[in-house]
Amino acid sequence: MAVHPDTPVAVTGGGSGTGIASLVMGTCQIANCSRPMEPEEIELAHASGVYPKEFIVALDGIAVVVHPSNPVAQLTVDELRRVFTGEITNWQQLDGPDMGIVLLSREVNSGTHVYFREAVLSGDSGSGQFASHALMMPSSQALADEVSQNEGAIGYYGMAYLSPQQKAVAIAKAAGGPYIPPEISSVQDGSYPIARPLFMYTDGEPQGNVKQFIDFVFSAEGQSVVSEQGFVPVRE
Amino acid sequence: MRTTTTPLQRIWEFFVEKLIFLSGFTAIIFVVLLFLFLLKEGLAVFKTVSPQEFIAGKSWYPISKPPQFGILPLILGSLAVTIGAAAIAVPFGVASAVYIAEVAPPRLKEYLKVGIELIAAIPSVVIGFIGMVALAPIVANVFDLPTGLTALSASLMLALMAMPTTVSIAEDAISGVPREYKEAALALGATHWQAIYRVILRAAAPGILAAVMLGIGRVIGETMAVMMITGNSAQIPHTLLQPVRTLTATIAAEMGETMRGSPHYTALFAIGIVLFLITFIVNFTADLFLRRAEARR
Repeated sequence: MAVHPDTPVAVTGGGSGTGIASLVMGTCQIANCSRPMEPEEIELAHASGVYPKEFIVALDGIAVVVHPSNPVAQLTVDELRRVFTGEITNWQQLDGPDMGIVLLSREVNSGTHVYFREAVLSGDSGSGQFASHALMMPSSQALADEVSQNEGAIGYYGMAYLSPQQKAVAIAKAAGGPYIPPEISSVQDGSYPIARPLFMYTDGEPQGNVKQFIDFVFSAEGQSVVSEQGFVPVRE
Repeated sequence: MRTTTTPLQRIWEFFVEKLIFLSGFTAIIFVVLLFLFLLKEGLAVFKTVSPQEFIAGKSWYPISKPPQFGILPLILGSLAVTIGAAAIAVPFGVASAVYIAEVAPPRLKEYLKVGIELIAAIPSVVIGFIGMVALAPIVANVFDLPTGLTALSASLMLALMAMPTTVSIAEDAISGVPREYKEAALALGATHWQAIYRVILRAAAPGILAAVMLGIGRVIGETMAVMMITGNSAQIPHTLLQPVRTLTATIAAEMGETMRGSPHYTALFAIGIVLFLITFIVNFTADLFLRRAEARR
């Protein structure tokens, strides 16, 4: 908008599901989503004459964090799954101190929650869910605050929220495998196991203003905004 | 001075009366329409789950495949913080009301009344914030808990929120007891405390009960404060020292991303129906008691 003053851009919030619904109903031109569209949603769109085109505009690493005093610094995806589904309940079981594990999660309306469930909790049986005693925090910031003041806590949030008050855990895809910390480089080269693409959907091939905006997002300037916000650019 | 009304005045009077009647009636219509809307959107949930599974089910996993819509932990969570808050607010509230109405010197009485009203002016989100940041760590320390985000912390802050309502109405009830009752008791040789305890409180009982119920009604419907302090875990509480999830916080936290008409959406509206019924019953009962108190005067 600073560059094209007569083309106002309006942004409204609402989450991935809301954006997709808006695109299908024609009330928005670009839908931002932190998860891909489901097959049912794509079908619904086609039935309404909308043909969504998907763009991956940024990457987001999900950092798993613990209290800075917690000696545990490495976990495999499987250990993460067993912690968050409530199978492992004490840090001792992970070679840590004898302390109960306090699970922190986001609420179910969060794309981060949904992604973490699918990427980490599903495992082989495909239907894992968070333990019922997990604390559902209303925002990533609330989650960060609780981790920073609770020695037994473990939680997750987008990499952008990393701060010195929490300690990020290095994650390995499998036992013995290399433990990768959440960093821009490890997300970009695909070695960090819990990273997800962030999408923008348009109705068909973008034209006019919409095309200008999408081009801007993929330009060097647009991608530098991505990294300023704490996310990972898709191209250098 | 006129002693007869002109036709114009009569017509004007007619219109004003009907207008006022309509305004009052609109409030009732509004409530009925709201309830009908809740029913329309929420009853559809029973296509996905049976009423028994819904009310008595122990697992609330609304976005799992297949989704589980058991609201028992939520009902018990709301109940836990409400009973906890009542257990704190009722003794303190009634005692404060007695003090203000019967014992306090006039100047102190005014200050106390103003002070308690000020508590009511604090936005609930601020109370939630203070509870989360200041109270929860203290509770965790004192009771040696893994986290201070518990039903107890929420009960403490909610008791604070319920106090102004309870104290005001209880104080009104106590002041409303006819002076003759107190004078008679004292004349018969009772001490001030005996007069209060044996005569005045009993006479004011319906009003005090109404005050308690209205305070409870306030607490059951509270959303923001509990969302920040309870930890929002959908588990069945065995003690007050563990995280819980309330009916209100569930709706607030999850409504944002449901699609209209989806099973999750209807489940949240069904929770709304349950909440509506609970608060309606509580407030209706309080109103009945208030009427009885009025009738006695």
